[in-house]
Amino acid sequence: MNPVNYLYLAALLFTIGASGVLIRRNAIVVFMCIELMLNACNLAFVAFSRMHGNLDGQIIAFFTMVVAAAEVVVGLAIIVSLFRSRHSASVDDASLMKL
Amino acid sequence: MDNLIALLVAAPLLGAAVLLCGGRRLDAVGHWIGTVLASASFVIGAILFADMLGKDEEHRAIGQHLFSWIPVEGFQADVAFQLDQLSMTFVLLITGVGSLIHVYSIGYMEHDERRRRFFGYLNLFLAAMLLLVLADNYLLLYVGWEGVGLASYLLIGFWQHKPSAATAAKKAFLVNRVGDMGLSIAIMLMFTTFGTFAFGPVLEATGETGEGKLTAIGLMLLLAACGKSAQVPLQSWLGDAMEGPTPVSALIHAATMVTAGVYLIVRSGEIFNAAPDAQLVTTVVGAVTLLFGAIVGCAKDDIKKALAGSTMSQIGYMILAAGLGPIGYVFAIMHLVTHGFFKAGLFLGAGSVMHGMNDEVDMRKYGGLRKHMPVTFVTFGLGYLAIIGFPGLSGFFSKDKIIEAAFAKGGTEGWILGSVALLGAAITAFYMTRVMLMTFFGEKRWQPDEKGNEPHPHESPRSMTIPMIVLAFGSVFAGGFFGIGDRFLHWLEPVTEHAHGHPPIGATAITLSTVTVMIVGVGLAYLQYGRRPVPVVAPRGSLLTRAARRDLLQDDFNHVVLVRGGEHLTRSLVYVDHTLVDGVVNGTAASMGGLSGRLRKLQNGYARSYAVSMFGGAAILIAATLLMRAV
Repeated sequence: MNPVNYLYLAALLFTIGASGVLIRRNAIVVFMCIELMLNACNLAFVAFSRMHGNLDGQIIAFFTMVVAAAEVVVGLAIIVSLFRSRHSASVDDASLMKL
Repeated sequence: MDNLIALLVAAPLLGAAVLLCGGRRLDAVGHWIGTVLASASFVIGAILFADMLGKDEEHRAIGQHLFSWIPVEGFQADVAFQLDQLSMTFVLLITGVGSLIHVYSIGYMEHDERRRRFFGYLNLFLAAMLLLVLADNYLLLYVGWEGVGLASYLLIGFWQHKPSAATAAKKAFLVNRVGDMGLSIAIMLMFTTFGTFAFGPVLEATGETGEGKLTAIGLMLLLAACGKSAQVPLQSWLGDAMEGPTPVSALIHAATMVTAGVYLIVRSGEIFNAAPDAQLVTTVVGAVTLLFGAIVGCAKDDIKKALAGSTMSQIGYMILAAGLGPIGYVFAIMHLVTHGFFKAGLFLGAGSVMHGMNDEVDMRKYGGLRKHMPVTFVTFGLGYLAIIGFPGLSGFFSKDKIIEAAFAKGGTEGWILGSVALLGAAITAFYMTRVMLMTFFGEKRWQPDEKGNEPHPHESPRSMTIPMIVLAFGSVFAGGFFGIGDRFLHWLEPVTEHAHGHPPIGATAITLSTVTVMIVGVGLAYLQYGRRPVPVVAPRGSLLTRAARRDLLQDDFNHVVLVRGGEHLTRSLVYVDHTLVDGVVNGTAASMGGLSGRLRKLQNGYARSYAVSMFGGAAILIAATLLMRAV
């Protein structure tokens, strides 16, 4: 199978994720969309690794996974405490940081 | 002997310190302390004078180096004194007339509760003036110069509870400051040109210096002299200075203050000799002031202000003579000394009249006082005859010499200056006769005031009349003593140098015409004020009279040109500041504020909008990178 197709898939996934981040209000969904974008990037890295025949892309994909795992921990904790304090998981409700 | 010079200054300075710091304890004896110390200074001066006469002409100048004041590399300022014939003349005049005025003030200020302070200021005045004439360098002279300004400010505003006196003092101080600027600039110019400001080196070095620089220094010195000596255009303070007690007027007009300008010019003679332009300006200033003061003196009904106009005019003669160069220096100083006698006498006489007339100064409310105040009448009368140049009296000798020297200037200038001086002599005779007739002759014109107090003119106490008598003696004999046999000329010649002037017409002809114009002036005044009764209320008068009553519009001129001009200047500067400078600053601030306001809207707190900008930015970066690659 032509590895370029994986790149198309990765681009599609990234676009879906980005659109989700921009459009959705629910923090959980936004968070999932961010994960989707990260995974799209991973897919692209792995595809490039395959295409170029070296392992750099795969190593970076592992790094991304580790960072994503840590990010999930922190991100979910924030979302949970946000929900606890204001009984809503909408990102638009958390808009107090402005001038 | 040399060590006595410092004592001349120290005695009155000590008096000032004791009297001003001593407090109320000294109220009872304050005036005696002041008078004794002033007289002590005179006695020291007399001792030094006797000593000086004993030496031959070459060795008469002595000096005393007291201490180094500012010893810095390349800048040496000493407190050192120099006593030569010129300084000696001034020392005797200042301390002599000054002491007499001290004695007079004991009586005049008897009922003033601040008499001790008054004597303290008088002593300070004498000390400053002595420092001025004894200094051996321009910087120390400047110290005395400023001291004189300070003392005159304190004394003119002595009755500071009167707003007019406080204003007059401020005015005198401010106008003097303008002149002081001239002196300080002159001293700076001297330092940059000659590297020193001691009299000796500066005056010796004038030969090797460019005329332009000397002219600049000369003009600045002239400006200084104009301020102190009340010459046009800095004359406006003198009339108002009459707000001070009368002895102060006598002191300012005869012995101290106004003579300082003449001293400065004569002392700096070498500079002026080498700068003919500065000399020309000096003579013009003198000639203009001479007429200016005389015209003002004709119109004033206030006896002291009439005398003030006369002082201005007489100092104009001296400045004119000093501007003539070596042919005039000696006569400037000679007229200064004789003027010191008769003007002090006239002022003390005026004070005596006021003393007897409940401090009334309006001559239209005097009249016929000769019967009530015989001593004042005689002494004032002798002073009067001296100032108009009555043959044989002081003013005749000194003024005649100045007129002669003015003609001897040569060419058209000589004719113009000489004619002006002659015209001035006629006007002098006119206004002084007017003062004399209005005060001592005619019918009595005084009335009870609002409270019903009618003045009872009476002769003043002994302490006041004795100084007047002594000064009257000086007014009568000083001129003859100095003039006959050229005694004064020989005395002063080694210091000021003298060139004999050759007037285009004979000296006898000039003397005759001086006497003639004097008689014409007296006659005109007699026709107007002696034959007819003097109206108690001043008539409206001609345009010139009305202008002269307002001091020939000097204050109006200053007001329009300097005060209004200054106001307009500051207003326009404020306007420029408000519109242009503030406009730029405020405009920058406002545009920054507006821009920030717009930028602030981007910070709306919505995570999604931040995400959009992030994505947008990233997209632009990527697009740009790709584009760059493609190119």
